[in-house]
Amino acid sequence: MARLNELTIAVARDGLAKGDFSAKELTEASVAAMESVRPLNAFITETPERALDMAQASDARRAKGDVGVLEGIPLAIKDLFCTEGVLTTAGSHILDGFIPPYESSVTANLWRAGAAMLGKTNMDEFAMGSSNTTSYYGNVENPWRRQGENRPLVPGGSSGGSAAAVAARCAPGATGTDTGGSIRQPASFTGLVGLKPTYGRCSRWGIVAFASSLDQAGPLTRTVRDSAIMLRAMAGHDPKDSTSVDTPVPDYEAALSGDVRGLRIGIPKEYRMEGMPGEIETLWRDGIKWLEAAGAITVDISLPHTKYALPAYYIVAPAEASSNLARYDGVRYGLRVPGATLDEMYEATRGEGFGAEVKRRVMIGTYVLSAGYYDAYYNKARRVRALILRDFTEAFENVDAILTPTAPSAAFAIGERMDDPIAMYLNDIFTVPANLSGLPGISVPAALTGDGLPLGLQVIGRAFDEETMLRVAGVLEDAAGFDAEPAFVAGR
Amino acid sequence: MAVDKSTVAHIAKLACIRIPEAQQEALAGELNSILGWVEQLGELDTQGIAPMTSVVEMRLPKRVDAVTDGDCRDKVIANAPESAHGFFSVPKVVE
Amino acid sequence: MSLVQGKTGEWEVVIGLEVHAQVIAESKLFSGAATAFGAEPNTQVSLVDAAMPGMLPVLNEKSIEQAVKTGLGLNAQINLTSVFERKNYFYPDLPQGYQISQYLQPIVGEGVVTLDLPDGAVKEVGIERLHLEQDAGKSLHDQHPTATYIDLNRSGVTLMEIVSKPDMRSAEEVGAYLEKLRSILRYLGTCSGNMEEGSMRCDVNVSVRHPGEDLGTRTETKNVNSIRFAKQAIEHEAKRQIALIEDGGKVTQETRLFDPDRGVTRAMRSKEEAHDYRYFPDPDLLPVVLDPDWVAELKRGLPELPDAKKARFTADFGLSAYDAGVLVAEQETAAYFETVVAGGGGRDAKQAANWVTGALFGALNRGGMEIGAAPIDADKLGGLLDLLEAGTISGRIAKDVFDAMWESGKDAATVVEEKGLKQISDSGAIEAIVDHAIADNPGQVEQFKSGNDKVLGWFVGQIMKASQGKANPGMVNQLLRKKLT
Repeated sequence: MARLNELTIAVARDGLAKGDFSAKELTEASVAAMESVRPLNAFITETPERALDMAQASDARRAKGDVGVLEGIPLAIKDLFCTEGVLTTAGSHILDGFIPPYESSVTANLWRAGAAMLGKTNMDEFAMGSSNTTSYYGNVENPWRRQGENRPLVPGGSSGGSAAAVAARCAPGATGTDTGGSIRQPASFTGLVGLKPTYGRCSRWGIVAFASSLDQAGPLTRTVRDSAIMLRAMAGHDPKDSTSVDTPVPDYEAALSGDVRGLRIGIPKEYRMEGMPGEIETLWRDGIKWLEAAGAITVDISLPHTKYALPAYYIVAPAEASSNLARYDGVRYGLRVPGATLDEMYEATRGEGFGAEVKRRVMIGTYVLSAGYYDAYYNKARRVRALILRDFTEAFENVDAILTPTAPSAAFAIGERMDDPIAMYLNDIFTVPANLSGLPGISVPAALTGDGLPLGLQVIGRAFDEETMLRVAGVLEDAAGFDAEPAFVAGR
Repeated sequence: MAVDKSTVAHIAKLACIRIPEAQQEALAGELNSILGWVEQLGELDTQGIAPMTSVVEMRLPKRVDAVTDGDCRDKVIANAPESAHGFFSVPKVVE
Repeated sequence: MSLVQGKTGEWEVVIGLEVHAQVIAESKLFSGAATAFGAEPNTQVSLVDAAMPGMLPVLNEKSIEQAVKTGLGLNAQINLTSVFERKNYFYPDLPQGYQISQYLQPIVGEGVVTLDLPDGAVKEVGIERLHLEQDAGKSLHDQHPTATYIDLNRSGVTLMEIVSKPDMRSAEEVGAYLEKLRSILRYLGTCSGNMEEGSMRCDVNVSVRHPGEDLGTRTETKNVNSIRFAKQAIEHEAKRQIALIEDGGKVTQETRLFDPDRGVTRAMRSKEEAHDYRYFPDPDLLPVVLDPDWVAELKRGLPELPDAKKARFTADFGLSAYDAGVLVAEQETAAYFETVVAGGGGRDAKQAANWVTGALFGALNRGGMEIGAAPIDADKLGGLLDLLEAGTISGRIAKDVFDAMWESGKDAATVVEEKGLKQISDSGAIEAIVDHAIADNPGQVEQFKSGNDKVLGWFVGQIMKASQGKANPGMVNQLLRKKLT
């Protein structure tokens, strides 16, 4: 049998059920793995004692026959989720020393389902970034390397620590959040499955807000099945979040029938971007072939406003962020940089507490909401957003799911693309439309580039139809047969 | 549209973020390039399209009026950089 | 129109008000923390009110109901769709860094309030809008030499901001407006109107102009928390602006603070950044959509409001507009009055009105009491009126009986019985007193006979004195005339 830290959630679940090993043993393996991957800088806070306590409690529950859907599974938690009694930083200096006296709804759901917390993962500051290079706690390294090269690569972002931790086999699953692609893009960069559910599917309560109308929590796992299992535990209506939708959570795993016969899959022509690497084109064509071979019908569709999604996103998200981040003022929690007057205290605290990218976005957001620019920027972007949603609504009259590449490139080296913010923003070009329109999206690892880096394919589903999306993703996964492993695997 | 140094200073004031003068010029350049890039939205005719805020198609949920929370001062001020006598404390404000 | 005489002519003062009324509700607008007044600092604060990371607002249904009721009570348009937006600014008692408020789409649109002015005139003041918003916390600047202390108990409490049109022209009108508004809110049960506890506060917008000219530049005076202060602030601000302009200066559009100790307004010392609140729809919330049937149901359930009640009191009871206005100002007073009138098989309404606005109000004022705490309830006052009506006691005695009832809490019949205050209506007994008075005062009898009618009144007084006020004055008059002529 593979070493315990290398098991997928589904396999570990079965092993626990059969009594092959205990939750404590499983968690001990992950804790050891977490220690061995420290050079990746995937965690901001490790919580081994808590993990072991939770695992032992899980074993005790199991002994009584009380078994949740994630019973005994150790998980890594993005440091954007507030965890009671455990430092929560959002990757920012400004949350120095912040220990939430409360637990986010999503993590509370996970613990209720029996999972154990390994630690809090590194991330781009306030989830603003696509390379995990904006964290106050330092860059995260991708466990993958280009063939024959030892340059550290980015794991993608913003959920880069979560992606690195799962890819390096120290946790079978991790939580992420996705505002413009922050689950799916790092999944693609690290050879994982990453799922952003429909907006409203997972509660946002207790997750440090970036852009409220776009943020969604979701899982990063090694398989589609694991994402299905984890999503079931994370999702659910929460009366504490006014945008949480009260609709039953299905057994997503049961949707993985492998049968996509007759399903209509849209192939949007606007995703064929100029200058896109040939390998990604090829992969996309492979995906089409795999689905057709499984009996699905592929249909060319048009999402005419696609190219405007990214600029619209870079107005809407910073606008909301500029307001969401106003609460970090040094008064009630986190960093305070002293000042002689209140204004000096505010400006010094926020000036030192926020990193360059966060400042840039807060400034952009403040500008586009300010008097005289509101209509030209913010309202314009909201109108474009309506058009993007309309594109999808019309497309979904004809198709059951949409297939696209996840990202326009594979992982790049730390330090690349750093001096041009827009070049960095372009990472999210294929993922942002699903956020703007609230639709579920999943990235499935499907191929390696010529120099040995993973690439993902994205499936976008109808709102609240994660089941069809997962079923299509499962078929892609089987067909791709992706079994490559990163250069850096814990304990090897 | 052109963001200059003084606009940067003004926006920084609104956002309550200290941007040292030496950095204002560079930041103006970055903001200009981002704003210039998002201005491609101007190519689109959006007349008659209502601005969209939320993708959620439901009525705003409401709670029953009852006291279900609060009375947790320890939790509320536990993380405060400075507090005194159950209050948060900040540098004196002159109105 | 009331004008102010200046050096260069007459000035018209133009006033509009923004009233912040705390909505009566157990919990806050977006959190389940309590709203009671006077709690220990930061004990009525939830993690949502303290704007902890990741906390989200959930709307209190009662706030919506109260706002709609108030809108209906102000004869205003109810907007079936309204939107909560964020008003962004930094202040330590504003934990989120924004106030959730309504901006472009408030829940209530235009309405009207009818003022009853002291001279009996009636004036309509337009309501521009009513919107819901969060209250801020409290900054205490005087507790420490170098620190400001922050208490978030009020943070997130529901306020209705009721914005008037600039329709008022004098401090008196503003007083009448605030009294009327408070009366309506109390009738509706949507705001206690208690200005001492801060549940009703106002910002006063004042400008001056020569009659017929365009509106002048206005100032906004904040921190005004009583009707008296509002009047003072307006009078001071009008004088200041007129003097400024007449001395060749210009009024600057600015926010000022009212200093209640000195009765003056002053410019805020803190630098007024050009405010740019960057309002935008709160993405944590969805639009508020009301069901028209629900609004109609609320409308049907509204109590009779002061204006309607006043009209009914004048029409049905024949009261003067002034008396009716006084009686309906407080719902409890009106109810008291109506109970008095309705009891005992129907009592004289004017008599009842006189007693309520006279003896009762006097006693309440002296005791600094609310009507609900009066030792003489409506039934007891009714009992007193019945004794008066039946001639059991005289009008003069009735005042004494009232005072004794107030002291003892006993009913009128008991007081009269115990003190032997029954009116003497036995003609034999009265005749004896009358005869005695005539016999004792031959000089006055002579004066009367020589045509001095006024002496009759003097005799009545003597007789009432002799009877300790108990003689039936009608019978005394009758007998006197008979005996003297």
